[in-house]
Amino acid sequence: MATVRIPKVLQAHTGGQAEVEAGGSNVGEVLRALTEAHPDTGAQLFGEEGDLNRYVNVYLNDEDVRVLDGLDTAVAEGDTVVILPAMAGG
Amino acid sequence: MAPEATTQQVEEIEPFEAAQEIEGGDVVLIDTREPHEFQEARIEGGKLVPPGLLGEEISAAAPDKSARTILYCRSGNRSYKAAEQMEALGYTDVASMAGGILAWQEQGLPVVATEGMTPEQRDRYSRHTLLPEVGVEGQLKMLNAKVLLLGAGGLGAPTALYLAAAGIGTIGLVDDDVVDASNLQRQVIHNTERIGTPKTESARLTIEALNPDVEVIEHRTRLNAENILEIIEPYDVIVDGADNFPTRYLLNDASVRLRKPVVSASILSFDGQISTFVPYEGPCYRCLYPTPPPAELAPSCSANGVLGVMAGTMGTVQANEVLKLVIGTGEPLIGRLLLYEALGTRFTELKVRRDPECPICGEKAAEIPEAEMGQFPDYELFCAG
Repeated sequence: MATVRIPKVLQAHTGGQAEVEAGGSNVGEVLRALTEAHPDTGAQLFGEEGDLNRYVNVYLNDEDVRVLDGLDTAVAEGDTVVILPAMAGG
Repeated sequence: MAPEATTQQVEEIEPFEAAQEIEGGDVVLIDTREPHEFQEARIEGGKLVPPGLLGEEISAAAPDKSARTILYCRSGNRSYKAAEQMEALGYTDVASMAGGILAWQEQGLPVVATEGMTPEQRDRYSRHTLLPEVGVEGQLKMLNAKVLLLGAGGLGAPTALYLAAAGIGTIGLVDDDVVDASNLQRQVIHNTERIGTPKTESARLTIEALNPDVEVIEHRTRLNAENILEIIEPYDVIVDGADNFPTRYLLNDASVRLRKPVVSASILSFDGQISTFVPYEGPCYRCLYPTPPPAELAPSCSANGVLGVMAGTMGTVQANEVLKLVIGTGEPLIGRLLLYEALGTRFTELKVRRDPECPICGEKAAEIPEAEMGQFPDYELFCAG
């Protein structure tokens, strides 16, 4: 199982949970497990083609999955997947 | 050499006696303090030999062991001990100045002070200049620095207060808003009496009362593609505390073009983010966020609320980044994004990489023709937020 950190803007779709445990061998599977458990997060994370939305940053531990293997990046037991939204508040 | 010398009392002389000897010449004068103290104010002709380096450096500073040698420090203790050490090393005519440079100055005797700072400034910034990483040199850099703050709001207020207190010589403020009662839960640079006053003016009044060394330049406007280059050009560092995506992308593109470092933070509810973007040295804002999110994922603070003190936390981290950039020390958040989650009191650091495909700072960005420089897309349309 990996821990998925849920940003504040998505917590309305996870019943207020800031962290969700989700299983999967890669980042894509972990995020799919998240969207199966909390279906409303799906439209925020994925486009119609099933790709990650361009405005959604996803990190495996401290590294951006864009510089790893994207959704195919392997996830090990105990890893943390961080969903990072851009914020503009000042 | 002469072991009995260490058991003898070191000769102590009063500052006026030392002054007479120094004036008469043929005296080696040794300053046994630390470099930052020496830098601040010293007796003319004094050679610096810090106590920890005496064994290594004294023979270069005082090659003749029989020459008359006077030692001084801040209050007379370190120089006394150093004199004992020197006698043990075989120096035969050493004296320690009682009371140190403090007593010297109390008697109105002259010191050589570092140029560029007034006595008031030396006092005001003494807690900075005592830090070896800052010193007088770093403080002078702050006094000569020009920093532009985008927004005199939740982030800008604490950032501006600390930059002003630190002695950043010129602080520019961009904001076209007026102070509202709902701002005061976090925008600590304003106050109840200033409700209805333009934020730039309110911030200027607070800064001027805090530190007369700071010149405040008010830009009572919103940044747009037409005015941004002209506004940011004179500044050394830009602080992004803007409350909307169009301004953040516009600032990024213009600051990369002008090679201005940007300290960029954002806040919402209990969450804060901060990174430092130094063009071509690290990633830019677009490397991190290539595309702004749609409006439903980009709620504003006014719609969603924000914990006031969290804005203060992020604002002071911004000020910390600015000071490091200005004095050129430490490790700024270049290529790093720091997340702060106030409910859990948790800091998380993520890596941010330069994107070779970045349209602004990537490899192809250099191919943008000169004629298109200064042209910016219509960010209001481009950004759904």
